[in-house]
Amino acid sequence: MPILELKGISQEFGGLRALDSIDMAIETGEIFGIIGPNGAGKTTLFNIITGIYEPTQGEVIFNGGNINRLPAYQVARQGIARTYQNIRLFKKLSVLDNIRVGRYGVTKNGIFSGMLGLPLARREESQTMAEAMRLLELVGLYDRRWEYADSLAYGEQRRLEIARALALNPTLLLLDEPAAGMNSSEKVELVSLIRRIREEMELTILLVEHDMNLVMNICDRIAVLDYGRRIALDTPIRVKNDAAVIQSYLGVEA
Amino acid sequence: MDAVLSQYIDPYFLRIILIIGINIILALGLNLITGVTGQLSMGHAGFMSLGAYTSAILTMNYGVAFPTALLGGSLVAALFGFFIGLPTLRLQGDYLAMVTIGFAEIIRVFFLNFEPGGKAVGLSGIPQETTFLTVWGLVAVAVFLNARLLSSRTGRAFYAIREDEIAAESCGVNTTRLKVTAFVLGSFLGGLGGGLYAHYMFYIDPQVFNFTKSIELLNMVVLGGMGSIPGTILGAVLLTILPELLRVVAEYRLMFYGALLVILMIFRPNGLLGDVRIYDLKKRWGLGKNK
Repeated sequence: MPILELKGISQEFGGLRALDSIDMAIETGEIFGIIGPNGAGKTTLFNIITGIYEPTQGEVIFNGGNINRLPAYQVARQGIARTYQNIRLFKKLSVLDNIRVGRYGVTKNGIFSGMLGLPLARREESQTMAEAMRLLELVGLYDRRWEYADSLAYGEQRRLEIARALALNPTLLLLDEPAAGMNSSEKVELVSLIRRIREEMELTILLVEHDMNLVMNICDRIAVLDYGRRIALDTPIRVKNDAAVIQSYLGVEA
Repeated sequence: MDAVLSQYIDPYFLRIILIIGINIILALGLNLITGVTGQLSMGHAGFMSLGAYTSAILTMNYGVAFPTALLGGSLVAALFGFFIGLPTLRLQGDYLAMVTIGFAEIIRVFFLNFEPGGKAVGLSGIPQETTFLTVWGLVAVAVFLNARLLSSRTGRAFYAIREDEIAAESCGVNTTRLKVTAFVLGSFLGGLGGGLYAHYMFYIDPQVFNFTKSIELLNMVVLGGMGSIPGTILGAVLLTILPELLRVVAEYRLMFYGALLVILMIFRPNGLLGDVRIYDLKKRWGLGKNK
């Protein structure tokens, strides 16, 4: 059963049709890439899946349930975590606290139990701390855990954002241009990190990316968007040789 | 206790120390709303007046015991905090500030015309129940619970809302609900401070709780350091003492006060302790185990 299904998703902003009846199904456990030129609607699609926009038409089905109308925080609690194209960290919180906020959706202790230090709060806090430490090790930021998030280098900030998303214990992880602005060695690290995450945490990963090498190298399947329409959906090799894709996106080699 | 203290300490100083305590409670409330959660509120004096009038009327006209009246005043303020928190679901920054200013003005004008509150003349003869111990006992409790709250799951989510609301949502934080919660908690402390104030001063009138008072409280939070408890305490202490020290320059007092704020904001834009952490200090001084 696919973990996420998009059925006839359309999104209009005023008169502009950003997405035009998009269909796709993401299978459990795969790394699924979405590519396309700027303005093709990739980020819009992410915003629809995560509940920031409600689609004009169509249905978003996650684990068999319709999540169209759920607000963003509810979608997160269902197990869909994401990162952003332009990094959105809590800048003036420590690296550790950024990850601990990420655990908000999977913990329950309320304001009074936190204030009074009741058993539930204490138990959850120690779990949160242990999980945060594990994630810090995973993304290699353990030594920097007390620094402010905005004092990290760019590549580290990207990794921190991924760690914060993982803190939610998601079953589906959305990465919006995770390699943007990275140099080639950082990209190599990122690829191995993404692979390791998928294996260790048994997740499904959906990613938008411009770096063709990275996408072809890491994804099991790829969907290509152009002007809000899905023009291809297949394995990397087939997509690379697809006539429509070459014409609209990859360009014809001389 | 107060009688004992006044044998050793000049009543003038005793009075200032007590006012400092009340201001700390008020500023801690505003710090929760503005400093921690990042919702600019410029009407904290409104919550203070609600607490002051409610508790004063309860003790004077209904013979309610002081602690109960204090709690009643705080709860009324918290209730209004809930209602003023609701528009924050839609408004941010400057727009929210306008709403909170308007709210505090409405409250002030209401008490200006409120018969049981003595209209413009105000209420006098409020029993002086607020003692040194009550105030500083409550300061201790407020600081303790505040510190616990801010290091808890909910507290971290408050900070997250200040830093980036969209990212907070994607971590599962119900931002609207927590913003209202911050308003309720902050206005509860505002009402508590108001009740203490009324029962210390004998006398309150609507002018005490004007816009200037709101700004004075906001200054404490901003100057001390947004979101920092030690910073807020420092801000409350400094801005209570400073006007007293400036009495020597008589009518130029407010000018100096203003100039000092300007200078501080230029050199410490995040407030005195806004971005100071023990960790950073240790690192700078080469202490501790950090590499």
